[in-house]
Amino acid sequence: MIETALIIETVVKAVIALAVIAGMAGFATFLERKVLAFMQRRLGPMHVGPYGLLQLAADGIKLFTKEDIIPQNVVKPIFVIAPIIGAVSAFVAIAAVPYFPQFTVFGYTIHPIISDINVGLLFIMGAASVGMYGPLLAGLSSHNKWSLLGGARAVIQLLSFEVVSGLSILAPLMMIGSLSLIDINDYQIGGFSSWLVWKQPLAFVLFAIAGFAETNRTPFDLVEFEAEIVSGYATEYSGMRWGLFFIGEYANMITISALVSIIFMGGYNPLWIIPGAIMMLVKVSFWIFLFLWVRAAWPHVRPDQLMWVCWKVLMPLALINILITGIVLV
Amino acid sequence: MELRGFKNRNATPGYIYFEGESKPQDAWGRFKRFADRAVKGELFVGLWIVLREMIRFNIHTVQYPAEKLQMSPRYRSIHKLLRLFESGYERCIGCGLCEKICISNCIKMDTKVDEKSRKLVSQYTINFGRCIFCGYCAEVCPELAIVHGDDYEHASEQRAHFGLKEDMLTPLDKFKAKKQKEFPGFGALSKDADKFVKKTPLAY
Ligand code: SF4
Ligand code: SF4
Repeated sequence: MIETALIIETVVKAVIALAVIAGMAGFATFLERKVLAFMQRRLGPMHVGPYGLLQLAADGIKLFTKEDIIPQNVVKPIFVIAPIIGAVSAFVAIAAVPYFPQFTVFGYTIHPIISDINVGLLFIMGAASVGMYGPLLAGLSSHNKWSLLGGARAVIQLLSFEVVSGLSILAPLMMIGSLSLIDINDYQIGGFSSWLVWKQPLAFVLFAIAGFAETNRTPFDLVEFEAEIVSGYATEYSGMRWGLFFIGEYANMITISALVSIIFMGGYNPLWIIPGAIMMLVKVSFWIFLFLWVRAAWPHVRPDQLMWVCWKVLMPLALINILITGIVLV
Repeated sequence: MELRGFKNRNATPGYIYFEGESKPQDAWGRFKRFADRAVKGELFVGLWIVLREMIRFNIHTVQYPAEKLQMSPRYRSIHKLLRLFESGYERCIGCGLCEKICISNCIKMDTKVDEKSRKLVSQYTINFGRCIFCGYCAEVCPELAIVHGDDYEHASEQRAHFGLKEDMLTPLDKFKAKKQKEFPGFGALSKDADKFVKKTPLAY
């Protein structure tokens, strides 16, 4: 009996999370266009619906009804499966992220997390890394040099940044002693001053930088930088397959925002009189905004600069951070 | 000017030559450059600037079909033929100067003498496939009859469109509604033109 209830609950939660995150990812594309436009003194989409709000629907219809083109000479099965890997891994990562504090509806306590794995953080980072297979396979199978370059860049980016994000997160984990995001959240229950940012500022900065790289956002958007490699791994894609890549990317953005908020910025603990759920929304929105903001302001780096900064600057810093944390803990 | 002045090939006194950033010589210099670049607030200056623009919300978009730009009077677009304000008659006296001066030879006109023994412009066309919008015709016209308009929407299905006399001449109903505006742009009299009028010196 308990088993069935658990299964039903999990399925319902999964469907809700999927729908909400996919919706939010779509909305983020709209927000991105608006915010970028405002920062460049433009208006952005304006004509579909009030203030262009229905642009989303228009884009959705366009993506779904577009002809599904599979170019000549591509490796068809891989070409078809690559965007699915990208999107699915992004959504799988979401499974272990707790978005809100638990609440009670009709006497039934709900934990807004699909599954509280005890190695949640590891699971998320693993799933997000699998996401890199999307660009890689797309690049390899597309029979297009831009795509190939994009795929190659995806791999060097992954190799460079997985190390930094893994090492930088290690120091806070040493203090907490658990990989479960709920434990990490509960560690910071003491309010504003107990946020891990204050104790681990360096790890915070490193993880944020790595997050930008992991989501292919602007300073590190070399996987799909238009001016150099057209559209990178997505050059040959169109219609819904292309859409899947981008839903995946935005879902990743949301995941990373949630991760940073939970690990470093107090998670869903209430602050002062603001309830935890609102705090979480505010923090995630801030991080999404930061992603867009940075895109409007900063140029992007070259691949060699990326590797340089990863291996020669960020990784040593992360190691030193772990060392210091270790010494302090002992 | 002396010949020497012409012989000086290095003739850019106002220019500032930028040799490029000097390269650091030793390891310490390189480290300093790295620290400078890494710690400098430039990235945050960039962030602040875009945020400032967003907060100011000083949007420069012209939502084109709904809003249109007001062109400057000096903008030279498809021509207009104006009418006399007093009588409503065409201003063009058929002098042919515009046809003569047009450097791409795209104005064609025909005149005849009407029953009142006045010169009448029976044909007046501009081939806009060839017109380079140089403005000479408007400038040379003694009557300010042919002027440039400020309408920048000239896509059409036929290349003869816009270029016939009927297209360019102010329509009578528009004229009667006093919608014809005096042309302030290329070749028009300046505002203080009256001041420069002198009596014709007769006493040679
Ligand atoms: S604008 Fe220049 S090219 Fe065009 S009709 Fe006038 S004189 Fe000729
Ligand atoms: S110069 Fe003016 S007045 Fe003379 S023919 Fe041309 S438009 Fe008519």
